[in-house]
Amino acid sequence: MASDNGPKKSDRDKDRVENSISKQRRSLIKALAGIPIVGLFGLSLFEKRAYDKRNNNRIFKELGLESLQDPNLGEIESARKGELLRIGIIGWGVRGGQLSKALGFLHPDEENSMRENGRLEDWLMQDDLNVAITGVCDVFDLHAEKGLAIAGSELRPGGGKSLKLPVKRYRRYQEMLADKDIDAVVVTTPDHHHARISIDAIKAGKHVYCEKSVSLSESELNELYATVKSSDRVYQLGHQYVKNSIFKYAKEIINKDILGDITLVETTTNRNSENGAWIRHLDKDGNPRPGSEKSIDWEQWLGNAPKAPFSVDRFYNWTKWFDYDTGLIGQLFSHEFDAVNQLLRIGIPASVVSSGGIYHWKDNREMADMLQCVFEYPDKDMTLLYSGNLASSLPRGRVFLGNDASMELGASLVVHADGNSKKYAENIKNGLVDPSIPMITFDPNGSSVDGVSSATESYYASRGLIGTNINGRNVDTSHLHLAEWIDCIRHGGEPSANIERAYEEGIAALMAHRSYVEKRRVEWDPIQRKIV
Amino acid sequence: MKTYTNLQLYSLVLLRILIGWHLLYEGIVKLLSSGWSSVGFLGESQWIFSGLAQWIVSHDGVLQTVDFLNTWGLIAIGCGLILGLFSRIAAISGAALLLMYYFNNPPFIGMEYSVPTEGSYLIISKTLIEALALWIVALFPTSKQFGLDFFIKRLKK
Repeated sequence: MASDNGPKKSDRDKDRVENSISKQRRSLIKALAGIPIVGLFGLSLFEKRAYDKRNNNRIFKELGLESLQDPNLGEIESARKGELLRIGIIGWGVRGGQLSKALGFLHPDEENSMRENGRLEDWLMQDDLNVAITGVCDVFDLHAEKGLAIAGSELRPGGGKSLKLPVKRYRRYQEMLADKDIDAVVVTTPDHHHARISIDAIKAGKHVYCEKSVSLSESELNELYATVKSSDRVYQLGHQYVKNSIFKYAKEIINKDILGDITLVETTTNRNSENGAWIRHLDKDGNPRPGSEKSIDWEQWLGNAPKAPFSVDRFYNWTKWFDYDTGLIGQLFSHEFDAVNQLLRIGIPASVVSSGGIYHWKDNREMADMLQCVFEYPDKDMTLLYSGNLASSLPRGRVFLGNDASMELGASLVVHADGNSKKYAENIKNGLVDPSIPMITFDPNGSSVDGVSSATESYYASRGLIGTNINGRNVDTSHLHLAEWIDCIRHGGEPSANIERAYEEGIAALMAHRSYVEKRRVEWDPIQRKIV
Repeated sequence: MKTYTNLQLYSLVLLRILIGWHLLYEGIVKLLSSGWSSVGFLGESQWIFSGLAQWIVSHDGVLQTVDFLNTWGLIAIGCGLILGLFSRIAAISGAALLLMYYFNNPPFIGMEYSVPTEGSYLIISKTLIEALALWIVALFPTSKQFGLDFFIKRLKK
């Protein structure tokens, strides 16, 4: 039987098996259809990356800016180790607390609130500077108590240990300066004390970190300069701003002459709030903040300033009066000046013209709330412009205008080629450079520098919208600035905002202020070294 | 599935693969740009998820987790859709993720964003359409024929 139907059946079977094998094979091929697609994806990705990289490199090569791509350029230098430094802080307002934090000392209340909002981790990553705040000086009991609590706090960043050294309150700064157990002082008082305390501190052998303004009078500024120059103590002015890694990129761009001849630098202040206009004597509910003649040593607060009756307004809002400050110039232009001076080394201007007025905040202030200052540098073929406005917060940025390109330096750095630049004419023609989009952008929170960036990136950059910092840490620039000062104390060297820079800035600010007050063009006599 | 014509079947497979490609690249780009974070996007969040978005942004650890999950989620979903592996789960989670994006920045009347979109929208955006397309992909599965789910089906037998 089998032999009868044998060949026929086996043929059928064979067909069926072959059929099913080819069907199976087809099913298998279908099931694996996605794999070549993934391969294609990988290939396209590789090609795109190579294309982007080629394009990106091309512009940096063309501009000779390969150094900008060095990933170490923006690196934060950590403080070198050294012996314990015992610091006294004079003045425990808001800034005193901020600088303590930058030194590694937190008020217990702030520690709790930072723990709650998740900001404590960043702070704990800060380097341990091996310092102790052992001296607290303030004319206001409440502020001094706050200072004692901060100085006595035990939590330290960077794995540091609390040394539990005794903290002493000094009623007068002179007592602190006379104490040999204090190595260095941080001056965060209202501005009218800065120069006097700094001079006395250097003379007493202390190193000084002082907030801006440097000085409110030319004679005191000269005395400070002479005192620091004839001493081996380290003086640093509080311009932490330039410790932003963005400045290294800006410096490189200046050094490589990407901008061409810089004939104008525009700097601005754009604020529109009571706090921004130095109205700070009321709490959230509109009640006067604490302080009375009982808890404040008013006479010491006035110092060498003319006698004036005590008021909470004056105590908290001192920036409004000429006796204690130079307003927009001292508080805000000073940072702008330092930023420009650190980049371009402009020094003292040949002349300054200021104008403005009290146009919005019509209270009892003397200080302008709208101010324009024009600083001329004929020997550098350059004008520095400052425009401060306390009644509009429209961001106007800080711009360096060159005949080949302009650089905006703010939260990020953006360089646009000039449409009429001769230097870039060739590259504009061949399409490598497009004047309508940034030629170079750098975002310190992102990780890379971009040449020829996309429209979205330029949009983000120009609005300072990029708040991305994931793997990198948020580092307090004040911490870096203090670390530099401490490093110079321990190992020698000149800090970036040394007495030379401070003097240049102090003179420029005093010239601008005098021009506003005297309503005239003010000049610098480089031979007599005085303002005329 | 037997009722699909070949044209219907191939079109559905193509839809699945194209969406997979898009999501995979979105994920890879985030992985390759080391500075990327969802901070900018979440910071702009409006409507029902804005509270959650603010909470995420203000907590570093949470933010990092969300960024990690988002990046790798996109990559996994993209691979799943292209390869046809766990395709239904991939399609549904992809649709859910896209809806999250949509509801964080919905193009509703009166809601404006400083981050530019790559189109002009009135209530309906490409994100919403892509989410719906993924839902269709989930409802009309193709991966047991065109995809690695074929082998999973066989293993289960």
